[in-house]
Order: sequence, then structure tokens, then C-alpha cells
Amino acid sequence: MKLKQLFPRSRFQGAGFQSFLASAVSIGFGLVFGMILLVCFNISYSGQGFISLISAGFSSSDKFAKVLYQAAPLIMTGLSVGFAFQTGLFNIGATGQYTVGSAFALIGAIELQLPWYVCLLLAMVGGAIWGVFPGLFKALFNVHEVITSIMFNWIGVFSVNFVIVNLSQMLAKDWGLAQMDRTAPLDAANPSAILPKLGLDKLLGSNYMNIGIFIAILFAILMYIILSKTTFGYELKACGFNRNASEYAGVNSKRSIVFSMVIAGALSGLGGGLYYLAGTGQYSLLKALASMGFNGIPVALLASSNPLGTIFSALFISYIQVGGDSMQPEFVREIIDIIISVIIYLSAFSLLMRSVIAKWISPQKAVAEVEQALPDETAAENSTESEATTL
Amino acid sequence: MRIVSDILSATILFAVPLLLVALGGMFSERSGIINIALEGIMIVGALFACLTLRALDLNTSIGQNAPQLGMLIAILVAAFSGALFSLLLAFASVSLKADQTIGGTALNMMAPALAIAVTWAVQGQGQTNIIIPTWTRITQETLGIVPKDVFWQNLVFKSFYQTTIWAILLFLVAAVLLYKTRFGLRMRACGEHPQAADSVGINVYRMRYAGVFISGILGGIGGLAYTIAAGSTFQSSVAGYGFLALAVMIFGNWKPWNILGASLFFALFKIIGSYSGSIPFLPKFENLNQSEYLYLMVPYIVTMILLILTSKKSRAPKSEGIPYDKGRR
Repeated sequence: MKLKQLFPRSRFQGAGFQSFLASAVSIGFGLVFGMILLVCFNISYSGQGFISLISAGFSSSDKFAKVLYQAAPLIMTGLSVGFAFQTGLFNIGATGQYTVGSAFALIGAIELQLPWYVCLLLAMVGGAIWGVFPGLFKALFNVHEVITSIMFNWIGVFSVNFVIVNLSQMLAKDWGLAQMDRTAPLDAANPSAILPKLGLDKLLGSNYMNIGIFIAILFAILMYIILSKTTFGYELKACGFNRNASEYAGVNSKRSIVFSMVIAGALSGLGGGLYYLAGTGQYSLLKALASMGFNGIPVALLASSNPLGTIFSALFISYIQVGGDSMQPEFVREIIDIIISVIIYLSAFSLLMRSVIAKWISPQKAVAEVEQALPDETAAENSTESEATTL
Repeated sequence: MRIVSDILSATILFAVPLLLVALGGMFSERSGIINIALEGIMIVGALFACLTLRALDLNTSIGQNAPQLGMLIAILVAAFSGALFSLLLAFASVSLKADQTIGGTALNMMAPALAIAVTWAVQGQGQTNIIIPTWTRITQETLGIVPKDVFWQNLVFKSFYQTTIWAILLFLVAAVLLYKTRFGLRMRACGEHPQAADSVGINVYRMRYAGVFISGILGGIGGLAYTIAAGSTFQSSVAGYGFLALAVMIFGNWKPWNILGASLFFALFKIIGSYSGSIPFLPKFENLNQSEYLYLMVPYIVTMILLILTSKKSRAPKSEGIPYDKGRR
């Protein structure tokens, strides 16, 4: 009796639950596909590999700390992509914004010797600047944001590398270390820029642990409030849903597009800041795009762009990535990327899957909808009447 | 003069993959499907073609006897594997009416990972590079011409591959196919107004499958063309060329001749970027470290400026990106 009250049938029929189930089905298929791949590549180790893939994240407190450490930037890039999706934009430029944000944070930390909270702010500013361009170009010139973002991803990587090699003390070799083509480690260059650990590192016995994951969760909650509880968020969503209609309703659609991309950029930039200010990673000067930004796309898709769902999908992606690292050397860790891509491929037709799930949960729903339609019509008539009276 | 012929021949070498892949994108988008998966299709085409070349080199004597036959086989393999991979996009976006951009992104993520995994599986643990045999290039000896240090020989034979010939042929075929045949007209109709096309009996789903399939063929060959242009090994990446091809296609306004011009233009800037050290009249920025990064950015910045300047005239196929649903008005 009590259980029924706790879980009324309607809760299982809501859109949120259906999209959760759709994601779960996608993940399930993805993992089955991964198992098949493992069998194909190396049958004698496949069982062992699969077990370490799905259990490594919980196998030790150090591994668990690493899951949380990687999840923090993933939540941020996932929020960035998801926020843009909610406002009708595809932010494939999260990786460029992430890189520029990282660079701003590191320049603040190493070159300017600033404390960590200022560096995080700088990271957001950097990401936001890189988000302005796709937004402005779409709003003013109607150039598709996907193309602008892709171009600016590369411009971002090259200009960040160029600036870093031309500053006086950014590189590890400027601090008397032998490492080539890497920025200086923060514990040598500026320990005050490392994110506080609040004793969590001792609790889990891992150097990876810091407050980054809590900052990321805080931002997820903040984005949830902005998107679903404020007029500003409603305007952004309306503009993404139908630009002409929202303009007719009095929304400045150009301003909305730019704001959406700036906020998305700031979120990605903060992700870069959280990753590099952890103090365990050094930025290396590669002529390639950072994968963290691209991984924001599956994170957002798995969560159906819901900011709170993003927390869990980022934790999941981070979890199987840690699992993938521990499958080495018998398997390539890229098998994880194949699994993730299968999951996104399946979630691309999540709409179809959702309708199948909806039918499977309640076959009578179609009938119920027809029954509901009748009183609705009378209600609509009533409302037009009442409108007429107020006029 | 040597530097001019070097730059021109390198420009053509890098314009070939851009041309092929952008034409592929054009077919897909003209039929109504946004093909953001071109990058992944290129990687898959290049992967299987390079594996084929390597296998031919190790197991047969085709390299000595008939190198260009081996190259032809590799090109066919690239076309076939690219087309097969592109069917994954067609299935999701045509049959299942899924979001095209997301499906394409998934394939773009899958391709490099798949390439690394397959390379490992074929070549053994840790072997992530596929070495391309040296006999793939067409030289003066192949055609029985005595090598001389004259301008046109330097221009043509500095880096001449069979893919260049195929690119020219396929470009002409594409231009004719799109504008002078019934098939081309029908395909364009499906990208502009699929409901109208359907009302006169054209199978929209089949046309869209065809568009994506053709883009897979061209994308696969383009992947091979890029890989042999970029170096002597395949490293499971095409360095964003699929995305550049998309920009070339937009800049080329979804029209074959404009795409040809756009790809040559873009490749020229790319080459000026990478030859910046040896071109005499370019500024060197001697007081700055590693100024090559500045030149590497040039093609992307130029593309952005051009896209802004031409955005008023830019006209995408009207129904691209919208899944076709028969029941909808």
C-alpha cells in the first residue's frame, strides 16, 4: 500500500522516467556491444577484461577518486553541450572553449601567480570569449554555429599553444624541469592555485581528490534553476524552440543566441579550469583537439540535456573510462570510445525508443489519450469564452 | 621557380581530398541529409585502404609488377568501406528518422577508436601506425618519361597519385550527374521539398540513401587521398579534414564548380601555412617563438572571414537536416 503511494503509476509514465529508461537501454546495448568486441579482439582475456571494465571504478579508493576527478570537467562540458541543446544550438565547440579556458586558468596560475578561485573565474572568462564567436556569427551573419565552432576549435588550440610558448615562465623548462612541451606543474610553480582538497585526499588516500566535483555539481544545480525556474532561461529555450515565434512574443532572439553560447562557453571553460587546477595534469602542446570537450556530447545526450541528469551521466562515462584504462594492456582503451559512440548512436534515435518504451509501459495510453481529448476540447471552449469576457 | 612548382603541386595534392569529400557532402546534403560524419567516413576508408596496401605489399609482389593496379584495388576498398560505414548514418537518419547531427557525431567518435582497435588487432599490440608502401606514387619512370628539372615536370610529378586522376574524373561525373541527369534532378528535389518530390512518385527514402551512399564512396576515397598526401603512415586520424571539407562545401555553396574553386583556395592557404618557413616573402616574426602556429591558423581564419562575407548569398538545401516523414504535411 505504502509502496504504491511512493511510486504511483504516473511517475513511471513521465517523460523524465522514459528518457532515463531510454538512456539505460542505450547503455545496456552499448555494454553488450563492448562485450562482443572484447570477445572478437582477444577471446581468452575477454571475461577478465569485461569484469575490470565494469568494476574497476569501485575496485579501490584511488580509482574511485579518479572517477570523481575526471567526472568534474565532464559534468561541465556536458552541461555546456546540454545547455546549448536546450536553447536549440549544437555546441560542438566545447573542446575549443575547454582548451581556451584551461589556458586562461594556467596563465593566471603560473604566469600571474594568482590564487585558485581567481584562476577559475579566468577559465570561465576564457571559455565565454570562445563562445562569443559562434553566437555572434550565428546571430549577425547567420553562419551555422557548428561550422564556426569547428573552425574556432582549431584556432583555439593553435593560439593557446602560441601564447603559451611565448610567455616567459609557462613551460616546465622555465622552472628548471626536464619535461618538453608541457606547462609547469602547479605544485612547483604556484601551490596556491591548486584546488583545495579539504582533507578529502587523505580520506580517500588519493591525490586526485579535490573540491572540483562539488563545484561542478553546484553548477549543475545552478543551470537547472536557470533553465527551468527563471524567465531568462525560459526565453532562451523559447528562442531555441522557434526563433520566429519567440521574437513575435517579444524576445530579442539575437541577444538570446549570443547569451546561450557565452554561457555554454563559460561552462566548458570552467571544466578546463577544474581539470588543470587539480594539479595532477599538465597541459601539453599538441596539434590535436582535447577529447574532454567532445566527451561532453555523449554526457549531454545520455542525460537528455537535463542539468541534474548530467551529473550522473558524467559519472558513468568517467567510470567506464577508468575501467577502460584498467583493461590495458590486453585491450586498447579506445574500445571504451567505441562503446560510448555506440551509446550515442543509439540515443540519436532515443525519440523512437521512448515511444516504444511508452507503449511497453502502458499499452492503454493511446486509448486514454483519446478519452482525455474530449474533456480537453470542452475546456478549450470554456477558456475561449472566459478570454472573450475579459476582453 | 622551384618553390612555386612545389607549392602548386602540394596545393593540388591537398585539394584532392578536400574536393572529393566536399563533393560527397554535397550529394548527401542535396538529398537532404546533413553529413557531419564525413570525418569518420574518411578515417574508415583510409583505414581499410591502407590495410589493403600493406597486405598487398607484404604478401604479393604487386609493388614491383603492377603498383598502380594495387593502388586501384586500395581505392576500390576505400570507396566500398566508406560507403558501407555511411550506411550506418543513412539507416539512423533516414529509416529511423534520428537526429542527423547526433548520429554523425557518434560515427565520428567511433571511427578513430575503431581504426586504432583494428590496427592493433591486425598488426599486434602497440602497433598503431600502418606503414604505406612507397610504390603508390606515379613517377616519371612509371610513364616512361625521362626526368628533367623543368617546371611542368616538377609540378606534375612531385607528388602525383592515382587519386588525383580519380578526383578529376569523379568531379566531372558529379557535375554532370547532379545537373544533367534525371537522377540528379530528383535528388535535388528531395533536398528542397521532399513532399513535392514524393507527390510525383519519387521514393524520397531511396534517394536519401543514395545521397549518403555516394558521399560515403567519395568520403572513403578522400580519406585515402588525404592519408597518402599527409605522410608515409596512417595514424587513425585525418586531422579534421572532414570538417574542413564541410566548410569548403558551404563556402562552395553546394555547387560542384564552386566547391572545386573553394578546395583549391583552401589548400593553397593550408600549404602556405606549412611552407611558411621556406617562402621568402612571408614575414618571419623572428622575435617570437614557434611562429608556425600563426600560419597554421590562417586557413581557418580565412574560411571564417569568407563565410561571413558570403553568408548573404549562401543558400543551403531547404530541407536538409529534417527527417522526411510521409505522414506529415
